[in-house]
This record gives sequence, structure tokens and C-alpha cells, in this order.
Amino acid sequence: MSLDKDAVRKMASLARIRIRDEELDPLAKELSQIIGWVEQLAEVDTEGVEPMTSVAEMTLSRRSDTAHDGGKVEAVLANAPDRVENFYAVPKVVE
Amino acid sequence: MAESLTDLTISEARNGLEAGTYSSVELVQAHLDALEAARGLNAFITQTPELALERARASDARRASGRSLGPMDGIPIAVKDLFCTDGVMTTAGSHILEGFVPTYESTVSANLREAGAVMLGKANLDEFAMGSSNTTSYYGPVINPWSPKVGKDLVPGGSSGGSAAAVSARLAIGAIGTDTGGSIRQPASFCGIVGLKPTYGRCSRWGIVAFASSLDQAGPMARSVRDAAIMLEVMAGHDEKDSTSAPIDVPNFEAALAGDIKGLRIGIPKEYRLDTVPAEIDAIWRQGVQWLEAAGVTTVAVSLPHTPYALPTYYIIAPAEASSNLARYDGVRFGLRVDGDSLDEMYERTRGEGFGVEVRRRVMMGTYVLSAGYYDAYYIKAQRVRSLIACDFRAAFEQVDAILTPTAPSDAFAIGEKIDDPITMYLNDVFTVPASLAGLPAISVPAGLSQRGLPIGLQVIGRPFDEETVLRTAHALERAADFDTHPLRST
Repeated sequence: MSLDKDAVRKMASLARIRIRDEELDPLAKELSQIIGWVEQLAEVDTEGVEPMTSVAEMTLSRRSDTAHDGGKVEAVLANAPDRVENFYAVPKVVE
Repeated sequence: MAESLTDLTISEARNGLEAGTYSSVELVQAHLDALEAARGLNAFITQTPELALERARASDARRASGRSLGPMDGIPIAVKDLFCTDGVMTTAGSHILEGFVPTYESTVSANLREAGAVMLGKANLDEFAMGSSNTTSYYGPVINPWSPKVGKDLVPGGSSGGSAAAVSARLAIGAIGTDTGGSIRQPASFCGIVGLKPTYGRCSRWGIVAFASSLDQAGPMARSVRDAAIMLEVMAGHDEKDSTSAPIDVPNFEAALAGDIKGLRIGIPKEYRLDTVPAEIDAIWRQGVQWLEAAGVTTVAVSLPHTPYALPTYYIIAPAEASSNLARYDGVRFGLRVDGDSLDEMYERTRGEGFGVEVRRRVMMGTYVLSAGYYDAYYIKAQRVRSLIACDFRAAFEQVDAILTPTAPSDAFAIGEKIDDPITMYLNDVFTVPASLAGLPAISVPAGLSQRGLPIGLQVIGRPFDEETVLRTAHALERAADFDTHPLRST
């Protein structure tokens, strides 16, 4: 499978990354190379093999569903580029 | 015996501090001076000298009143700039986290801090830990302290390149790194130090900037196996804030070194012998086999048949997880924001300008393998092969107690090499990625020098949560190799 410019443009859009036009060709070439290389996995017989879902074979531990942290408005908003009172202020999302 | 305060190992410094031969303030100041003199290596993104001296004074005060916190109390260390540190800028080597100052501390760095360790600063790294050369950092490349040996600037390896360079150049006694596919072990090999990636789940991932969550693991980097053991014991342990951290007891890792390795069975996997790898790597590997046999170990040929598929598997799974993890960098709540005419345009501009070339490539690769129509063919397929790779190790560990391999397929290369073709760069991790995919503990120990006079490491891989056997075996290799970790003293 190789990626053309349109496919790269689509991936960039899905990933919300602006790519300049002149970067499309080199990226298409590199991504196609990488995809071609990982496609060697097709030759591995995985019939009946379960996909790994957890690298550590352990049961997740349980804890009680109680709040033990909170009331840290200033800490939470400390890095906000913009805020209004106790809220993040974000660019307008509804036209 | 150490020639100066910056030449001490953690175990030596622990004794010196205990005996009152020097104070933590003296020890820390000596490292701050070294750090200042070695700014050209670019090993640190942020230096925190005032904070370090303040913590050193507190350590000395504790010790004076008989309340020392143990072996790490007063020891100056470097912290990879992937660990969030309360009140200290954390960049992950990326432009997109510009100005980000966490209001909390990662569990692993908090554990060290609570044990009295003194942070000197935040070590440079590949952007979001994606790289094997530390050249993808927004803050510029790190120079390997061994570079003078060959008269040109070499990479320290990556992604924990700043941590490795700092420990090698005597700017810090130890450092913490993170390893996703080899990011502790490969730079340890390139810089001639010890680097340990613990079992997945041994250390909490809470507060570490996430790259690939099913693979990321924090670990110690130091100039001796003993030091790595001392650090790991403090770093490790269950953490309620990371559900994948294992709820099991942390052993006394240093005590494990006292054990005998006589009678151990060590596997030598034939799939790690590659035609493309220089003969000198093979020679040091064979030397390692002889050292272990001389120490009373039985070496056994084992097979890990799916090894050739580990790298392609990794380069599906890691980018897939990265594309998901890095979705949070949208310019809304923290870090860089580049304005646009619409919300989508703001996202796209922020991420387009905020991410470097390699990160963009991996996020797009991850987006591709997770996208509709390709998910089964790539991502699920890779997770199946990952199961087979883990199976290979399980089968091998029925025959042997640990596995010995080279750490990296070469010694350190020059800055600017291997950047034209991403796959050539990815091949650096050919020997480290399989253990990562299987979640196994693995250490790199400096074992010898290449013909050019650069360090080459050997890797010991162990069973899940058997860091003790890994450390003990590494300790035997270390004793046999008698490697001088000083870049300018070795011949």
C-alpha cells in the first residue's frame, strides 16, 4: 500500500496537523516506505492468535469510588492560555 | 577510588555523606559547576541550581539531626524532561509544551524527591521521547561525551540522550529516563553507562508525558549496576494513580546483587545474530557469554522466532498509541496556541507548528493504522504478532533464567547521520524493542569498546518482575568487563 498526496492530506486533516503543500510529497514517500516495511507482518501466520490487550498479566486492582482530591481551581487553570473567572476561555466553537 | 566529587557513584557518595567526608551541598555544588562547564553538551533543557542547593541544604540538615532518608538522600540526579515536575517547566523536548509548568509531580520523581534525591535539572530528550539519537528535540541535539574519541560530534542515543550524557559526563551521579522501545538502554550503550528498563508495571507512569502507554516505563541510568539497583528500589512501587502499576512488593534490589549466579541458565537467542551487525558487536557478545560461563553460568541456545517482526510490530503499535495520546495537545488548555479563524484551524496550526517532523510523521502513521478500513489489517494484526513475541519469551523462560544479547546494533553514530531515511533510524532499536513489546525487564551494561574506542553495551533480559536476576547477572558482567565509564580516561 502506498500513500499519495491526497491520502496524506486526509491523514493530516484527521490528525489535525497543518502540513504545507511542499511537505506533502516527501511525507507521502516516507509514510509509504514505512507502511511498506511494516506490511511484512502479513507473512506471519496469526490464525487463532488473540491480539494482545494487556502486556502485564494481572487483574486491575479495585479502589473505592470516592473523591480524595479536588478544590484546586488555581492549579488546574495555572497553565490555561486564557481564562474567564474559574473557566477555560476557548475560541468560539459555534458559528 | 574517585578522583573528585563528580566521579563518585551513588553507593560511594552514600558512604561519604554518611561518614561526613563531604556534605550534600558540596556534592551538589560540584555537579552544578560541572554542569555549567559542560553547557556545550546541551544535556539539560532546564537547570535548577537554586532548587538543588535548597534541597541539598535540607538534606544536610536532616542528616545532621539523624533523620537521613536513606541511600538517595542528598544525591544529585538529572530528571528526563518527560517527567512532570511541580513548579519546574516540563517540555517533553517539544515546542508544543512551551511555557508548561506543571502544578504536580510525577510519582517516580516524587518517590525520589521524598527519598531525598536532589534534582539538578531537566534533561534533554528526543521530542516526546520519539527517537534514537536525541536529534529530534526542539531544544537541539545533545552531544555524546565520548565524541572527542573520534573527533566529531556523536549522538548520545535516544530518547533519554540528555540523561545518559549527563551521567556519562559526570554532570549527575544518576538520572531517570523512560524507555518505550529502547530509550534507556540504547543511550546507555552509546554513552557507556548502565540503563535499566524495569518490567512494565514496576514503576508508576503517572505524571510522565505519555508516548505509547502500553510500552512506556521509567527506569534508572547510572554508572554502576549497584547504583541502578539503589535507584530502582526508590522509584518502584504500586501507585493508585496508575492502574497498570503492579500491586506487588518492591524487593531490596541492592541485596539481590549479593546473590550468586552460579548455576543460572542464560539463553543466547540465535535470532539476535544479524548479518547487518558489525563483527565487533558480535565479538563483545561472545565475550559476554564467556564471562558468564566463567562465573559458573550455563549458557543455552534459545530461539525467539518472531524477533524479526518485533520492529514492524512496534512501529504500528507505538505510533497508534502516540496518535491517541498526543491528541490532547490542541492549544486549548495549556502549552502553545496558534490562533486560527476557526477552532479546527487553531488545532491544525497549533499542532502543525508545535510538533516537529518525527512527531508529525508518527502521529500521522498512527492515525493511518487506526483509521477505518485499516485498523484490522495493521493495528489488530500487530497486536496478534505482539502476542506471539511475548509467547516466544515465555517459552524461552521455561528453559532459561535470563537472556543475553547485544543492546544496540552499532556504537554511537555522528549527529546528522541516519536522518534521511526514518527506517534506518528505527533499526537502532532492533535488539531492545522485543523486550519492550513483551513488557520484560532489561538492562544495558557497558561491556567494552568498539575499534573506534566507543562504548558497546550488552543487554540482559529477564522474566516479568525478576529484576533481581537481571541485576545480578548484569553485576557479574560488570565485574568481568571492568569497564571504565569515564569518557576521557579510557583508552
